[in-house]
Amino acid sequence: MKVMPDAYYSVPPLGATRSAPPEPALADRLRRFPAGTHITIRGLSKTFAGTPVYDNFDLDIPKGKIVSVFGPNGCGKSTLINMISGILPYDRGQILFDGKEAHETRIGYVFQNYREAVFPWMRAIDNIRYPLQYLGIPKGERQARLDRLIESFEVQFDLNAYPYQMSGGQQQLVSIMRALVVDPEVLFLDEPFSALDYEMVMFLRGRLQKVLTERQVTTLLVSHDLDEAVLLADEVLLLTKRPTQVAERLHFDAARPRTADTSVSDDFIRVKSRALEVFQREVRK
Amino acid sequence: MNTTALLARLRPLIGVVVLLAIWTIMHATRAVDPVLLPSPAEAATAFWTGITEGTLADDFFKTVVRTLWSFAIAVLVAVPLGIVFGASQKFYESIEFAIDFFRSTPASAMFPLFLVIFGVGELTKIAVAAFGAALVILFNVAYGVMGARKQRQLAARVMGAPRWRVLTDVTLLESMPQVFVGMRSGVSLALVIIIVAEMFIGSTDGLGQRVMNAQMIFDMPDMYVAIIAAGALGYAMNLVFILAERRFVHWGGK
Repeated sequence: MKVMPDAYYSVPPLGATRSAPPEPALADRLRRFPAGTHITIRGLSKTFAGTPVYDNFDLDIPKGKIVSVFGPNGCGKSTLINMISGILPYDRGQILFDGKEAHETRIGYVFQNYREAVFPWMRAIDNIRYPLQYLGIPKGERQARLDRLIESFEVQFDLNAYPYQMSGGQQQLVSIMRALVVDPEVLFLDEPFSALDYEMVMFLRGRLQKVLTERQVTTLLVSHDLDEAVLLADEVLLLTKRPTQVAERLHFDAARPRTADTSVSDDFIRVKSRALEVFQREVRK
Repeated sequence: MNTTALLARLRPLIGVVVLLAIWTIMHATRAVDPVLLPSPAEAATAFWTGITEGTLADDFFKTVVRTLWSFAIAVLVAVPLGIVFGASQKFYESIEFAIDFFRSTPASAMFPLFLVIFGVGELTKIAVAAFGAALVILFNVAYGVMGARKQRQLAARVMGAPRWRVLTDVTLLESMPQVFVGMRSGVSLALVIIIVAEMFIGSTDGLGQRVMNAQMIFDMPDMYVAIIAAGALGYAMNLVFILAERRFVHWGGK
């Protein structure tokens, strides 16, 4: 669905419950976004129990890049990606993916708690296959996609096992593969590695980066670990305390694949130091 | 090592052996009047003649059939209703008290009412047992559906599953462990009600009627046999459900 800026004065924003027309400033903001933008967020507002978490929040997310979301506790990092991905309703505002809404967009979502995200009654392979049925593509093509994905992840364990027979890292890998099998336009990762041991984290980061670089998927990663947020990102999005605004956006252009070695490079340390500076400033506010 | 393993496997039988020993001693020392407590051997003989010459097998079978009928009716009615009730929190809240009230009413208190409605016969027994079992199953299914973890439903939604598919693919499977709990309690309750109904609602067969008859003509060995048969039946039904649950809800508790 395309938004026609000229007609916008007479049409309330999508997903809005407010009946008054948007202030001209919003309509004006709607027209402007940088080239290469995939997701546009305008005038986003969300209140939890009377406290505004987001109030008139604007954001542009570039296409095919990995954006990390980092900010103070309770600033609504997960809330943000949940609203963008369409699993959490918002009070006001508009979120569009190349002009489409979330339900018209192929979305992959990886939850932090993999134990409650995979389907334990299905074998791992059937978990990964599950979302393909909603794509409306022929059976042969489904199998081909599945095979391609398994190949690019170089899976070493038996995908015919049930999730409860697998380690936590393997379950989260299944969860990541399930999110990627549909060839998503946008991938959301909500602290995907925080419940795993470090060896597994390094392994999964490697596999994920490889596939994301191959496929150029627009990715939003929420992380509470600044090292991880910087290491994986093309861009780090730093948020303020609530009501949340963008504090700063930092670019990180180191070559991929990024490994533990990247995290001792000068470039990494520079970006991380700057991020830390902004973060501490925001926390103290 | 092997002997230890073997002994470990035989451990559950210790209680049975002890019980039989106490029974034998009580009988041998005449601690209880032998007319009231026959010896285990007499009971075993009664069991054997009951099966080979008498109607024990037939009574057993009748009770099984009645219990299964009432259970089947209860499942057919209660599972779909439980899903509907559980799927909507508001709807459930609005009928919770009514259901809870009837669930708390002893089903045996409904015998006279059901007698009036269905008359003296097969139908009344099955109807009361089905009624009691259905309420237990309904409650558990509704709770299972309501208590299903939200995150898997969200995961399915975000993968593009329409609402009804979220229900069939995620919510129903999430509720399966609770559904099995309900079915297991339901079939136990159905058996209890059927046995009682066989005792008091003009029956000519069934284990309940057999216990009652044996007591009235003071045929104590046969009464014990009928009681033990009823116990075995309850145990077997429970076991079948546990095995079925392990088979169909293999992910449960993991």
